[in-house]
Amino acid sequence: MATREVGRVGLPLMNIVRMKGVPILQQLEMEECLLRTSSDNWCIINDGTDSPTIVMGISGKPAELVEISPVLEDKIPVIRRFTGGGTVIVDHGTIFVSFICNKDAVADVQPYPRPIMSWSSLLYRKVFQGIADFRLRENDYVFGHRKFGGNAQSITKSRWIHHTSFLWDYETRNMSYLKLPKRAPEYRLARDHLDFICPMKDHLSRSDFINKTIDAASSHFSVSSTIKPPSNLKFTPNSRLLTEQELEAAAMKSFQ
Amino acid sequence: MALRMWASSTANALRLSSVSTRPHFSPLSRCFSSVLDGLKYANSHEWVKHEGSVATIGITDHAQDHLGEVVFVDLPDVGGSVTKATGFGAVESVKATSDINSPVSGEIVEVNSKLSETPGLINTSPYEDGWMIKVKPSNPSELESLMGSKEYTKFCEEEDASH
Repeated sequence: MATREVGRVGLPLMNIVRMKGVPILQQLEMEECLLRTSSDNWCIINDGTDSPTIVMGISGKPAELVEISPVLEDKIPVIRRFTGGGTVIVDHGTIFVSFICNKDAVADVQPYPRPIMSWSSLLYRKVFQGIADFRLRENDYVFGHRKFGGNAQSITKSRWIHHTSFLWDYETRNMSYLKLPKRAPEYRLARDHLDFICPMKDHLSRSDFINKTIDAASSHFSVSSTIKPPSNLKFTPNSRLLTEQELEAAAMKSFQ
Repeated sequence: MALRMWASSTANALRLSSVSTRPHFSPLSRCFSSVLDGLKYANSHEWVKHEGSVATIGITDHAQDHLGEVVFVDLPDVGGSVTKATGFGAVESVKATSDINSPVSGEIVEVNSKLSETPGLINTSPYEDGWMIKVKPSNPSELESLMGSKEYTKFCEEEDASH
């Protein structure tokens, strides 16, 4: 069992990394590297990403999830990430928050999807207390019945990552690049994207959200800011950009 | 939690399920997970059945129950190798990918191709149709450090009780 490093108040240490506008692929590669090669706890916050990008989960099939023709025409990058879950289109209006933890650092949470999801919802409940009707609904963060945050996880033997893309704001036209997924939460009730999601900006500012999230994390961890996490040049990440050829092949196959 | 512990103890006392019978999930049995005699178990919740020169590997009923509905399985290719206590693949369930770790080291001689089309076999038949890989063990003595059914049952009870 790994030694549990503790801060002054007996809480496990957590490094907070605040970024702004970092490309989502770079963020995902950093996260997977930290999950697999670090033994510390991390909270990665990326305030917006540089350009609109579609991000699928590990088993995502482009032909089922993405409108390939306009994506190719408009040169929208499509990434398959290392975590599970569904498809999102992210841009400068998306705020990303990721928790990478040793399972022993959150010892009362079993390292399985639902307990981790539940733990995360308790943390974010503190963020939105008195601000909005926040809930974890199936596996989404919602205000009422509208989703504003999507979650995904990866769980190893002794560590896990829970990461979220928060829709602080979004371009409505970008949602037209995404198809209605076959696998959808029941509460979605076949609503199309614009009827299903809502922006967070109506409730609080970007900086307030980020600061409140760090405050909420500090009730579980002894947090300290870190400028840049270590990199491991020997690590090969699994998240990757799909090529045009792969997208074209997927489109061709779907017509057969 | 008390009901789960009682049910688990009862299952253990009854030595529920055997290697030769398919586990039968009655409404009561959904309160606890089945553990088969004759298999060996890792503390990361994989099982291994050693028959002759081949070891078959999968994840336990406890694991599939905690993971939720499995929607995707990522398995290695035949001819590759696995190392004890390290990952060889992953399952996707809910919104998570979860590593699958090998209880033993060796060469992969067969991979369950049914899981690509029907990953839910891991949930419905974790010890039979949901097997993942077959391995030729390079060091059969590694099996001795794994848990038997009684020890694994107790391990699961303690793990669930501590959370």
